[in-house]
Formats: sequence, C-alpha cells, structure tokens
Amino acid sequence: MKEGSLAALVALGAFHGLNPAMGWLFAVARGLQERSRALVLQSLPAIAAGHAASVGAVAVLVALTRSVVATQAVAIGGGVVLVGFGLWRLLSRRHFRWVGMRISLWQLAGWSFLMSSMHGAGLMLLPVLTAGAKAPAGHDHGLHASGSALSTGVFVTAVHTLSMFVVAGVIAVVVYEVAGLAVLRRAWFDLDRIWAAALIGAGTFSLFTAM
Amino acid sequence: MALWKPDPTFYASPRDAVSAPPEGLAYVAAFDRTAAKPDAIAVLDVDPGSDAYGTVVGWTDMPYTGDELHHFGWNACSSALCPYSPHPHVERRYLIVPGLRSSRIYVIDTKDDPTAPKIIKTLEPGELAKRAGYSRPHTVHCGPEGLYLTALGGANGQDGPGGIALLDHTSFDVLGRWEVDRGPQYFAYDAWWHIAHDVLVTSEWGTPSMIEDGVVGELLLGRKYGHALHFWDLRKRRHVQTVDLGDEHQMALELRPAHDPTKQYGFAGVVVSVEDLSASVWLWHRDGDRWAATKVISIPAEPADAAALPPVIAPFGAVPPLITDIDLSVDDQWLYVSCWGTGELKRYDVSDPFHPVEAGSVRLGGITGRAPHPAAPDLPLAGGPQMVEVSRDGKRVYVTNSLYGAWDDQFYPDGVGAWMAKLDSTPEGFTLDERFFPHGDDFRGLRPHQTRLQGGDASSDSYCYP
Repeated sequence: MKEGSLAALVALGAFHGLNPAMGWLFAVARGLQERSRALVLQSLPAIAAGHAASVGAVAVLVALTRSVVATQAVAIGGGVVLVGFGLWRLLSRRHFRWVGMRISLWQLAGWSFLMSSMHGAGLMLLPVLTAGAKAPAGHDHGLHASGSALSTGVFVTAVHTLSMFVVAGVIAVVVYEVAGLAVLRRAWFDLDRIWAAALIGAGTFSLFTAM
Repeated sequence: MALWKPDPTFYASPRDAVSAPPEGLAYVAAFDRTAAKPDAIAVLDVDPGSDAYGTVVGWTDMPYTGDELHHFGWNACSSALCPYSPHPHVERRYLIVPGLRSSRIYVIDTKDDPTAPKIIKTLEPGELAKRAGYSRPHTVHCGPEGLYLTALGGANGQDGPGGIALLDHTSFDVLGRWEVDRGPQYFAYDAWWHIAHDVLVTSEWGTPSMIEDGVVGELLLGRKYGHALHFWDLRKRRHVQTVDLGDEHQMALELRPAHDPTKQYGFAGVVVSVEDLSASVWLWHRDGDRWAATKVISIPAEPADAAALPPVIAPFGAVPPLITDIDLSVDDQWLYVSCWGTGELKRYDVSDPFHPVEAGSVRLGGITGRAPHPAAPDLPLAGGPQMVEVSRDGKRVYVTNSLYGAWDDQFYPDGVGAWMAKLDSTPEGFTLDERFFPHGDDFRGLRPHQTRLQGGDASSDSYCYP
C-alpha cells in the first residue's frame, strides 16, 4: 500500500467520522438521555463495528475481484457504479428511514451498518482499493492471491475504521462534555451533498486513473 | 431545494427551543359551517411592532367547499434532528391541512409568500381510504421518518376503527396504515409520542356517525364515547396497553406529553364526566413497567337556570366546563386548559405534574357567561376559549372559539360567532392583550379553529435531546 493511499484512507475515515448521520450524534443522544458518558463511549465501538462491516464488505469484494479480474476492469466497472450511485444520492430526495431510539448495542451496530451502506461509505474507498499495490506477478490466480487480497481488504477496513472511530469519538465526547448540541444549528452542514459529490469524484478519479 | 445548514426553526432540545425568536405570523384554520363558501387558512399578523398587529393579513381559500378545516401541522419540525433518521436540511415550509368532514388533505406552501400560502397538492379522500383504510383525518405530527396523521373514521363504508396513516414527508403521499397490531383500539382522536422512548400514545373521541351530526345524548349518557388512552410501541407499531379512565369520563381528547425527552408523562383532557358534568385533566405516567393515569385536575360544572341553557344541557340545570383543548408550554411548566362550556381559560403550574397549582384564569364567552373581551366590553361573546396554542418561548397564548361545526350549533344555538384572543403569560400574570382581538367579520363569516405559529409552537415540535 502506497503512502498516498494510506493518507487517503485515513482522510476518508475522518470524513465519515465527522458526519453526524454516521453515528456520533446517536452516541451523544444515547448518553444525554441517560446522563451517562459511559453510554456515549459504549455506543461508539458498536457504531464503528457496523461501519467496518459495511466498508469491509466492499473492500473484500473489490480485493477478491481484483485477484481474478484485471485491475483496470475493476476500476472502470467500480468507477461507473460509483458515479451512478453518487448521482442517485445527489438527486434523490429519499432519506434513510429508521424508527427507534431505545435500541441495544447490537441493533446500534446494525443501524450503523445500514446507514453506512445506504450512504455508500465503502464505495467511496474504491479509488484507494484499486490504486493499491498490484498483486505479485505470477501469482495472480489461486489461493495465495485471494489470501493476500483478503488481507488487503481487512487492512484497508481497519485503517479506515480506526480513523473514523477516532474522529467520531473525539467529536462525540467534545459535544457531550463541552460544546452541547446547540452547535448543530450552526455547524451541521449538509454533508449528504458533499458526500454525493465525493462519491462522484471518487468514481471519476477511478475511471481516469484506470484509462 | 434543501438547505446547507439545518432549518433555523429546528432545535435539538426543548431548552434551546425556548429561546426561539417570537413568531411574526399565525396560521388559523377557518371553516364555513354552511359549506356555501370555501374554508380557508387565515394568516394573522402577530408582531406587536407591526401596524397590522392583530389583524388578518392574508387568506388562502380552499378550492372546494365543505371540508371543515380543523387541525393541521407542519411538514417538518425539530424531530428532523433526531439521530436515528436525521434529515436536518429539509425546510419547515408546508402546512398539511386535513378537511375533517371531506377527508381531503391539502399541502400548502408558506415559503414564497408567507401571508398568501399556496396550495401545491391535494390528496383526495380516496387516496387515504385506499392506501390506509381511514377517513376524517384529524391531527398531523411531523416524525423523524414521516408524517403521522390520525383519522377518526374507517373507510370504504366502515365507520371505524379510526387510526393513524403514515405520509411520506417529501412527496406527501399516503404510505399506508401505521398500525401493525391495533389490539382492542377502535376509537381515535389525538396521537403523540415520547419519541426518545419509542412510545406512542393515542386517545379516543368517537366514530364519524357518533359526532358528525352533533353529540348524541343517548350515546353520551350510555357512556359510549371514548374514555381510554392507548399506549403503543412506536418502533414495532404494536398496541401495548389500554388505560381506561372509567366510562363516566367521556371523550379523552388532547394529549400533551412532556417535551423533555427524558420524561415519560403527559396530560390528557377529558371533556365531561356523565356523573356530575365536571371535566378533568389526567396525568399519564409510568407505574413500574406499566402505564397508569391519575386524575390531577377536576373542574366542576356551574349551576345555571335551565331556561338559560340550550336544549342539549337544559335537563341538567348546570353548565359543564367542557375541557376541549389543553396545551403544555415547551418548558413543561405551564398547562393551559380550555373550558369551552363555561368560557374560561385556566392556567396551571405543573412543575410538579402530579400536583397542578392553578395560576391564573381568564373568562371569555361561555354558554351563560358571555364574558366580553376588554377590547370590546359591550360585545357579549359566544363560544369560549377552545383551541389553545402557546409560543415556543411560552410568553404568548392564542385561543380561538369554535369547537366543531355541529357541536357549536348545539351548545351555542344562537350562533357561536368567530373570535380569537391572545394572552400574555409571565410567572407574575396571565392577562388578555387588549390590542389583539380579531372577531366577527374579520373572519369573513368563517369559524376559526386551530392556530399554528410561524416557525413552530408548543404543540408542533418534538425533541430527541434533553
């Protein structure tokens, strides 16, 4: 994995962690409801786990596909999917629907998984995934390659999620302890549209670098 | 177009919402009892600094007649900030306005010209009937994932059960019936929730055949109107528990849950007890794992000469208070109680919800009292304080005087008239604003019902954060 890719992974993780809709706000709400910082802290790993599952599914899928299909084809196919998904996110007025505040940590992880998947969090990593190190020559097919692809997928997911977790955690604690939720009124920018733009950008980047 | 930052009228918590700026306009549903003219939304100037203060400054006529506009609500509110289904960049700009008699639902856009809102969509009764199986749409609440609309009646030839329909909050299409398992619930009226606890509460009036031609004496004395509260799992959409207030307590109507999302209590108004014609307010609260309700306010009937009473109550020789609406301030400290029969608006300090303390009362109208407004001391008023709305900061209280067409005619047979009043509410006092008294022809012969304040009010928003 190149250093640039690593930085991109961390940056995307931070971007996802920053988004209130990705979970830190839910963690804060749960804590405020019971006046318990412990509940804020407990909620964050569950949220990160759901996010990791969503991102990991994409990362592993891409890595495995790359081990059997030419990287260029994956990048092009993925890029097209990504641009299409981004446009849909930009133009659709549908919101993520979920009902319920009183949920277990398992359900919270499930919520986070659905939220991340709906937003295409994993897809956004596509350029990083396809720009990663080429599979070793001569071992393109077979168990060894898929094993290494799998470990690449896991590595990408871990780095990304760690970054997301740290950023979301810091924001959650700062908002819970110091800033208060009044900050939402000023600082909650419509990240969904920036997010959609990022998806389209990532797809376009993926297409350009592949061709 | 969505906003880049959250709609400025959304507040994360009731504590924040109390600091909201004063409203500049009020929207009031007004209907023509004769169904000869269209009903309308009247827009009132409520900015004390304005020359037009206290007057109707705009009208939006409905395209049909006979809708009987009644309650209505916003397309989006502070619940859009809730963490599980966040969409804070939608705008609070559309009023969802049901016709209680016609079962038609209008969507009205207030943004481009707030004093002349435009109808942008009309849902025909068939849509509500086909998709949800309901008719007589009543209360609208903006939820985090859609609009909740209570309806009093069944559809397709059925009188009941009434229940809740879900509406999409961007297209406003009827999505379907909300209830997955309604248990024993049959009557509907109001619905609201403890949103942070996944609890929904509903109340009971009666089916369309029991109310549309006026209150039916035999049904009332036979204790056939609704007298229970229902508690539901908001997430699973299942009935959890019925709390029966006792069948002498006829018609459990408005529900006002605490705004503080950490709390699980609220107030319900009961119109009349058939034992002694008193009216009551009940507190619902947790009792271990179950729900319970406790009567916390009881207002007695006032003796009167039978000759001075309309036929519907003449045999009893007393004026029933008839609690037809209640409203709770956003800080959960003050409860306002409308006694539409005796013509009185009472204020209670409910800091301790189990022990309300009366803290002010104003008389206006009344079946026998006919108390005038200080702005027109020689004008006896019919009707009484009915729909109450409280500003977000809790300082201003608005009331209108009509209850429901057929019932107005029974209790005020010589004409209910039309008026609206405003009260100033501070910890020290509770008094009528003499500068605010639109009445009579100001409403063009229509009867005013619910008020919604621009930017939100005490009964429009719910909050996910304490």
